[in-house]
Amino acid sequence: MTVSTTVERESAESFEAEPLTDELERAMSSQRPARTSMPRADRAASGDRRKLRTATLDQRFDLLGALAASLALTTLLFGWFLPLTGIVGWVVVAFLLFIGFYALLVAIRSDRQDVKDRIMTVLLASAGIILFGALIFVVAYTLIRGREALPHLNFFTETMELAGPLDPLSMGGILHAIVGSLIQIGIALSITVPLGITTAVFLNEIGGRFARFVRTIADAMTALPSIVAGLFVYVAVIQLITHQRSGFAAAMAITVMMLPIVIRASDVVLRLVPGNLREASYALGSTRWATVWHVVLPTARSGLVTAIILGTARGIGETSPVLLTSGVTSVLNLNPFSGPMISLPLQVFDFVKSPEPNMIARGFGTAAVLLLLVLALFAVARVIGGRGPGQLTDGQRRRVAAASADDLRRMSRPSTTAVPVSPLPEETVE
Amino acid sequence: MPDVSATALPPVRRSLLSAPSRSDSVFRAVSYTAGATTVGIMLAVGLFLAVRAGNALSVSGISFLFEQRWSPETHQFGIAAVLFGTITIAVIAMCVGVPLAIGTALLLSEVVPGRMRSALVSLVDLMAAVPSVIYGLWGLFFLQENVIPVSEWISTYFGWIPFLAATDSSGHHLSEASSYTSSAFIAGIVVGLMVVPTQTSVMREAFSQAPVGEREAALALGSTRWGMIRTVVLPFGRGGIIGGTMLGLGRALGETIAVYLIISPIFTINWHVLTTGTNSVSALIALRYGEASEFGLSALMAAGLVLFIITLIVNFTASSIVARSRSGAETG
Repeated sequence: MTVSTTVERESAESFEAEPLTDELERAMSSQRPARTSMPRADRAASGDRRKLRTATLDQRFDLLGALAASLALTTLLFGWFLPLTGIVGWVVVAFLLFIGFYALLVAIRSDRQDVKDRIMTVLLASAGIILFGALIFVVAYTLIRGREALPHLNFFTETMELAGPLDPLSMGGILHAIVGSLIQIGIALSITVPLGITTAVFLNEIGGRFARFVRTIADAMTALPSIVAGLFVYVAVIQLITHQRSGFAAAMAITVMMLPIVIRASDVVLRLVPGNLREASYALGSTRWATVWHVVLPTARSGLVTAIILGTARGIGETSPVLLTSGVTSVLNLNPFSGPMISLPLQVFDFVKSPEPNMIARGFGTAAVLLLLVLALFAVARVIGGRGPGQLTDGQRRRVAAASADDLRRMSRPSTTAVPVSPLPEETVE
Repeated sequence: MPDVSATALPPVRRSLLSAPSRSDSVFRAVSYTAGATTVGIMLAVGLFLAVRAGNALSVSGISFLFEQRWSPETHQFGIAAVLFGTITIAVIAMCVGVPLAIGTALLLSEVVPGRMRSALVSLVDLMAAVPSVIYGLWGLFFLQENVIPVSEWISTYFGWIPFLAATDSSGHHLSEASSYTSSAFIAGIVVGLMVVPTQTSVMREAFSQAPVGEREAALALGSTRWGMIRTVVLPFGRGGIIGGTMLGLGRALGETIAVYLIISPIFTINWHVLTTGTNSVSALIALRYGEASEFGLSALMAAGLVLFIITLIVNFTASSIVARSRSGAETG
């Protein structure tokens, strides 16, 4: 429809402009006035634009009416008629009644298909509400229970070395766990980032049978349960080599967990780099390494950073691998190679094992710190990422434009005498 | 047309192979080394598990899979009870998670309009990154006490279904609240919530790739939105549903900390999922690694190996199903 009218308009215009020379001209000239024509914008009667998304008054009434009826009937049932109690039961009965009333109300005006459609939409929406409600509640619950411990400044600047389980919240803190987490994740990142990204580059840029094997193995490793990774490090590193739990061993366990995540995520990002960029680079005669370093990696930079940050968020929250490998301590330990070094998730776990209310409050405070850390990492990843490969920010675009203007000047300088080039700086820069 | 023979072409074809430059050969070597190191680490984990587990497996033999008790010191140990617990928790998690995940994924891909959709999709991704210990805390301190009345109610009215019953050894119905704490049911709900975000994002991706032409065809034939979902989106996204479910199942099977915080470990098969006491392989490892002797560690590694093999099978099946259902690059 759209195509045919466009063709007609084009041919009509060209017919006006200059006579066509082939058979088309005869066909056009002998044609009777077209039955389909482009609507003229100024003549078409235009009313108010129809709103496609909003509900009609009827639909809103159905929804609100069913809601009111179900709430009223549930209250009646629970309060007067039936021996029912409990908030969960109330919600379930109210929901079932709501679905029933809604079906009834819709059925007054619509056929069966429509009733089914509306009921299913309501069910999908309620699945979403339950899920998002529960997830937000989990996060909010941690933050709210954590507010007891968080306002105490000493919570961030002291360790638990001198504070016992019965001491008030104004004594002791989790500095040692924060520092431990940072050291462990730092070591893990310094291994996983170079190794993971190089492996992902290997998978994408070199390829071949061995690369497929590596990809299969990395995929298999994402299935490794975290506790088994911890057990492996416990047996292979602690029992055989170091003979003591340490921050380094915990970092190894986190590395084993994070490596496949980073490889997979970077692999996906690198695969999104458009092939024509690579081909253009090769066509200009650059080597494979130059292509990777100057084209592939810069193009995928934002995606790679996102992949690493998300991997960090996963790694920093892993409890079970460090449970077996890092050891529990209440002392600040800056040396990852000797002595136990606790991290945030393990500290949470250790705090809530105690029955003392103050220790549980500390546990929730630590969990809130951990959660805020993960949320912050995630927010940073969103800000950096969210752009596909090759999409630039304004600043990057200005820099690229400046660089290409620079290139143009450089290239046109010696050739001004030899070959007259006709540089159009404005257009070329754009 | 120019005469080819007349031009000064060399008689032999020019070789199209070029010698790699030095930077290229270094790059190649480094890349291969990185790939080999990755494989080395991964294979080391697998081999170590297999070799160290062999010691215990050779003592227990096939009874490792059927013995419920866990006392490696007396050479009577097996994973029947812990494996049963792991699987019940995972199955309950799937019962909780999969309907929520399918509903939310359809909501996000079909119902919710533009701006709100991208916000909710980021929220789902964010939830997948929340550490499991936080879900565990919520389950332990909030959900436990609120689920007990529900467990009691279910066992009262649906007790005729064998595994939902809550009876003591003499067949009397349990009525104390303490009989319903630390159950597989509670752990299953928490683990289910934990894996829903993963499942939702896999499913949503599959649903949103249902071809636009066929959606529009269904709508143009007069189908309602649900009719379109049922006839186009769901059949097209079936691979995504199965794959997402199994990816979540893989995570649920391996979950440690949330389960460890909630359950009270027992070493017998407990068919009554609503009542106190269950176990899981990962909780067993977390519980027993500290006091384990050399042989005990070997037995724990055998349990870990079995768990790893199960999650491996589940994950590979899932990724092959997901990969078959959509073409080209997959996101993870």
